[in-house]
Amino acid sequence: MAKNMDPKKCPMPVQEPEIRKNNFDEVALGYTYEMALKEAQRCLNCKNKPCRSACPVSIDIPSFIERIVNEDMEGAYEIISQSSSLPAVCGRVCPQERQCESRCVRGIKGESVGIGRLERFVADYHREHSKNAPKKPESNGHKVAIIGSGPSGLTAAGDLAKMGYKVTVYEALHLAGGVLVYGIPEFRLPKIIVQKEIDNLKNIGVDIETNMVIGKVLTVDELFDMGNEAIYIGTGAGLPRFMNIPGESLKGVYSANEYLTRINLMKAYKDGAKTPISHGKNVAVVGGGNVAMDAARCAKRMGAENVYIVYRRGMNELPARKEEVEHAQEEDIIFRTLTNPVEILGDESGMVNGIRCIEMELGEPDASGRRSPVEKPGSEFSIEVDTVIMAIGTSPNPLIRSTTPGLDTNKKGCIVTDGENGLTSREGVYAGGDAVTGAATVILAMGAGKAAAKAIDEYIKNKG
Amino acid sequence: MYRIVKKKSLNPTVSLMEIEAPLIAKKAEPGQFIIFRAKEDSERIPLTIADYDREKGTVTIIYQIVGGSTMELDTLNEGESLQDFVGPLGKPSETEGLKKVAVIGGGVGCAIAYPIAKKLHNMGCEVHSVAGFRNKDLVILEDEFKKVSDELHIMTDDGSYGKKGLVTNALEELIRNGNQYDEVIAIGPLVMMKFVCLLTKKYDIKTIVSMNPIMIDGTGMCGGCRLTVGGKTRFACVDGPDFDGHQVDFDEAMHRGTMYRDFESHARESACNLMKQGEDKNG
Repeated sequence: MAKNMDPKKCPMPVQEPEIRKNNFDEVALGYTYEMALKEAQRCLNCKNKPCRSACPVSIDIPSFIERIVNEDMEGAYEIISQSSSLPAVCGRVCPQERQCESRCVRGIKGESVGIGRLERFVADYHREHSKNAPKKPESNGHKVAIIGSGPSGLTAAGDLAKMGYKVTVYEALHLAGGVLVYGIPEFRLPKIIVQKEIDNLKNIGVDIETNMVIGKVLTVDELFDMGNEAIYIGTGAGLPRFMNIPGESLKGVYSANEYLTRINLMKAYKDGAKTPISHGKNVAVVGGGNVAMDAARCAKRMGAENVYIVYRRGMNELPARKEEVEHAQEEDIIFRTLTNPVEILGDESGMVNGIRCIEMELGEPDASGRRSPVEKPGSEFSIEVDTVIMAIGTSPNPLIRSTTPGLDTNKKGCIVTDGENGLTSREGVYAGGDAVTGAATVILAMGAGKAAAKAIDEYIKNKG
Repeated sequence: MYRIVKKKSLNPTVSLMEIEAPLIAKKAEPGQFIIFRAKEDSERIPLTIADYDREKGTVTIIYQIVGGSTMELDTLNEGESLQDFVGPLGKPSETEGLKKVAVIGGGVGCAIAYPIAKKLHNMGCEVHSVAGFRNKDLVILEDEFKKVSDELHIMTDDGSYGKKGLVTNALEELIRNGNQYDEVIAIGPLVMMKFVCLLTKKYDIKTIVSMNPIMIDGTGMCGGCRLTVGGKTRFACVDGPDFDGHQVDFDEAMHRGTMYRDFESHARESACNLMKQGEDKNG
């Protein structure tokens, strides 16, 4: 079939910014069948498959794209499924421009193939058209417990269940999905898609127990006593960080975790929701990652007139996914980069009424290789805001490490693992995702879950 | 599901529920809390554990109807179930080595003070309890406190029962009478805990308070329950809920507690109106 030599990606239809900033419906609408075919034809199916080596879960990208070209959508889905348990999620939230698409040969003289968009198309097409109920694998008689039902835990659960393990996933909240349900907003990842992925796992025999805070109601050692032969800890990011500047306890200051949880998990964006939230008119979001973009775009949809991203480095240094930054800009989010808060200001009733900031400039590169921001003396100024959302990262949750003797953590509190298979200092206990790395991405957490599932399988088999 | 095996009204706005939750009952300790959601679309609400029965596998909660969510909880009856019930959360109260303690409870806070008094009593500690209420109609847990206290002083604001005055009046009298306490444990409204702490600071008696701030997940994720203790940000859900009362910034906690006051009173009103409509229809 003829290749499509268009240097540009086939654009993905989106809701118009003026409309979408007033609703929580999904922003990106996905390729049509014809668009997917046309975009798939841009792939040169090159021998080295550089894209594949840049995928944290090593999806055989050129092969699934070739199936799309041949209009074998189920075949494409099967290829992705061999490597990824959550394709509909990854197609939407992976930072493709830094992974697979960054190595695409087509990217040298134009735009890379829209791999993420094609992955999403295949997963959505499968969800809408496939009638094959997933088969429950034959049991191998071994039990494994997974702590946390976020992307990492779900991936490990899926892989182990497919190998025949009896898997129980313990979730602290009332709903499974972890950051996919409490963190990432509906307009970026519709919850019905997450639910469908979870239902798929249940259909292959995975048990999900909600309302179970491991470390409190049961300990890791008790999970072993219950007959589990290995345990995977995928408990995620943990406690929100604050800046330790004056005013952070004023009313109207949120952590991004709290703000997003109220909106996403507790549905505070819906009329009649029982969980309250501030409907700020002027909102400052501190931070430049995906979580900051999510919070800013939620604030806009909650009716804010002005939403500022306050970030201490420059536009080029924003850690957020490129598409999120572009979408935020289209939705009139105001980027105050090279700006750092020094104080949150409040009125006599303890409500936020402003944020005092200082201008920054980029100095010498720091340990991370990024140029470190330095304050410009005397450049302080204030922005009038009534809500401040801190999206500057998290520190690991203490509940498991404080109740699991012999589980080593580093000085930040992250669980220490041995190499890539996720083995901790305790025999039979594996860990991965943000609980190990600190706040990172969905796909890296999935990659860790996948590697640990393989290691757990080997461990149990060798144990005899 | 978490079945209600017993429901009892303690006073016009405070009720008790015994909930079937065997795993939580097995682990619960005084000072810890649970989070419940009454129904499918309800808010997550933290409540301190008032009692537990490891053999029966039940956990007791005592709640005051203050907003939409507690009102919704109150619509459930014996035999029905709560949608969600998770715990035991937070750290248990530290009681080791205590020989003589004054336990101060204010209003519905007595529900949390009681299991601590009981635990102290059972381990052989001398317990002086002071329970304060606005008036006679609101007195709860008097018999329970009597059983586990070497002395019990009931105070009411209007003098309609016990002695007239505040819990701090009774506590100061006890201290002045020569009682030497290893620790004072105070649980009640923020303003009461603040004044107990001001008093005990004067006499240099270590004082533990139980904080009950706004919370969502209760597991160390949202950060909504943060408070300032000793100049540092701490999280009630994983670092508490018990803290050294002399270090807690009560004024800030009181401010933060009012964040959703308008929303709550609105929710209460609309819940009341719904009930009224229901009554009208039924009646």
